[in-house]
Amino acid sequence: MHTTSPVDNGVNVEALLGAREALSEAPEAARFQWRATCEWINGTHSRTDVEGFFGLGEEQKHRSRFTFDADHPEVFASEDHGATPVEIVLAGLASCLTAGIASVAQMRDIQLRSVTATIEGGMDIQGILGMDGDVRNGFDGIKVKYEIDADATPEEIRAVVAQSQKRSAVYDIITNPTNVAVEVN
Amino acid sequence: MDATTVIIGAGHAGLAMSRRLAERSIDHVVLERGEVANSWRTERWDSLRLLTPNWQSRLPGYGYEGEEPDGFRDMAATVAFIERYAEVVAAPVETHTTVTSVRGGDDGYEVATSRGTWRARSVVLASGACNIPCVPAVAGLVPSGIATLTPMEYRNPDQLGEGGVMVVGASATGTQIADEVHRSGRPVTLSVGEHVRVPRVYRGRDIKWWMDRVGVLDERYDEVDNLDRVRSLPSLQLAGSDDLRTVDLNSLTDIGVKLIGRLAGIGHGKAQFSGSLPNVCALADLKMSRLLDRIDEWVVDTGLEGAVEPPHRFEPTRVESSPPLGLDLTSGEIRTIIWATGFRPDHSWLDVPVFDRRGRIRHDGGVVEAPGMYLMGIPFLRRRKSSLIDGAADDARDLSAHLAAWLDGNGRRPHAAEV
Repeated sequence: MHTTSPVDNGVNVEALLGAREALSEAPEAARFQWRATCEWINGTHSRTDVEGFFGLGEEQKHRSRFTFDADHPEVFASEDHGATPVEIVLAGLASCLTAGIASVAQMRDIQLRSVTATIEGGMDIQGILGMDGDVRNGFDGIKVKYEIDADATPEEIRAVVAQSQKRSAVYDIITNPTNVAVEVN
Repeated sequence: MDATTVIIGAGHAGLAMSRRLAERSIDHVVLERGEVANSWRTERWDSLRLLTPNWQSRLPGYGYEGEEPDGFRDMAATVAFIERYAEVVAAPVETHTTVTSVRGGDDGYEVATSRGTWRARSVVLASGACNIPCVPAVAGLVPSGIATLTPMEYRNPDQLGEGGVMVVGASATGTQIADEVHRSGRPVTLSVGEHVRVPRVYRGRDIKWWMDRVGVLDERYDEVDNLDRVRSLPSLQLAGSDDLRTVDLNSLTDIGVKLIGRLAGIGHGKAQFSGSLPNVCALADLKMSRLLDRIDEWVVDTGLEGAVEPPHRFEPTRVESSPPLGLDLTSGEIRTIIWATGFRPDHSWLDVPVFDRRGRIRHDGGVVEAPGMYLMGIPFLRRRKSSLIDGAADDARDLSAHLAAWLDGNGRRPHAAEV
């Protein structure tokens, strides 16, 4: 129904709708597993690779291997070879919400011209430094601000952003608890 | 015993179908586990009123006859209304007849009950959409000192111990119970997930009047984009009352109810809540505004502008900037938890392979996959109003036409949407 739509946010809505249709027939194919491998380099510097994942019933691969260096800045007496892991979490949230905005806008025939997110996570580092057991390690709150230029009313744009949160994996990961099992071989 | 059609359930839906079959001279029986309108008699809390105004109960061959068309029935009046309907249409109801199994297929069905077995060529499932309260899996992790109950067990606040109450779920049931429990002096914490916010009254008219007039309630199942989604939408945040007050999250905040996010987990005696509260409230506010926009457009299109009050918008849902994400259930602050987390139908007695992988009956607008089998009275069965008393007339008309054509055609099935 959108094939003749002049709206193009670069999202293949037909493919997404087709996938939903196909997966409702074969729900086991909807089970994905995402993976990363991480290697310590030196100090707080580590390097994480992502390449393979599992989905649609078989092993899958990215077009190439992606690498993320993580480290801490010099104020932590580190060498600052990369973003901090918590900044990578912010990047994950912002990019997940932004991808969602493009998809939802496409689905609703809204042409986007520019989308910019500014994301801030507050943290009291007394938690990670073990100085105060009442202070949590993680963010005490996250603020995301969007500037969006699109062919839509402010109300429609707010609805797209709200729907994107509703469908976002990283938003869910951050706002809800997840069991984490860490093993040592 | 034999009947051409067995209708299971003598609520408004089963009785409306009975009337439609009688119009077509199709012989049938209505099997009822208790008395007519059984769920309304036995499974509702004391203060509950219907969410729809009295006039909005237009059943085939019967409707509201009283002096207060804009009032809201309490449970006694609801039972009396449905009982009277059964008399008016002279429905052949067999009360105290509990169905224990339905078997069969192409050449008819065998309906076993506590009072013998009926054989029928067709079966209408009208046993209700809200038979079993849905309780989340985390309920099993609630510390033992806390009393838990479902809305089916809840009758009134006096039944609860003193102390704080957490109500989980903020649709019609959860908001109404939160309101009366908090007013009873037991401080309520309300866990809020996705919900549908509407005002009771807009531009001087009841919201249900608008939804009826504008055509929202007549939207058909074969015209909506995502049928699965609309069929699983939570109930409208509404309450029926004499003073037409709106019960929503802002009115609850005003009396001191504390809003928190969706209950996400319980571990080591601590409840964890989702950080999504601002967004679920924003989604509900935006959705409400779209409904009001649609009403306003309709008013302009129909030239009614002078006849109704001017348009306005409601205050957005107020959410504190950092709602708590955890609550220690062992601290004594919460003494009772009420699971207002929805209901589902009970078709456990149906031994015919018509269920999807999530245990729901596969059907096309109430025409079940098994030939000669029909479903009534579940959300968005054929129309948005299908779950309302007011929705039974049209659904029963359509489905009785399909049923009659199927009986006449000796098994050749008309298309579900054509009738």
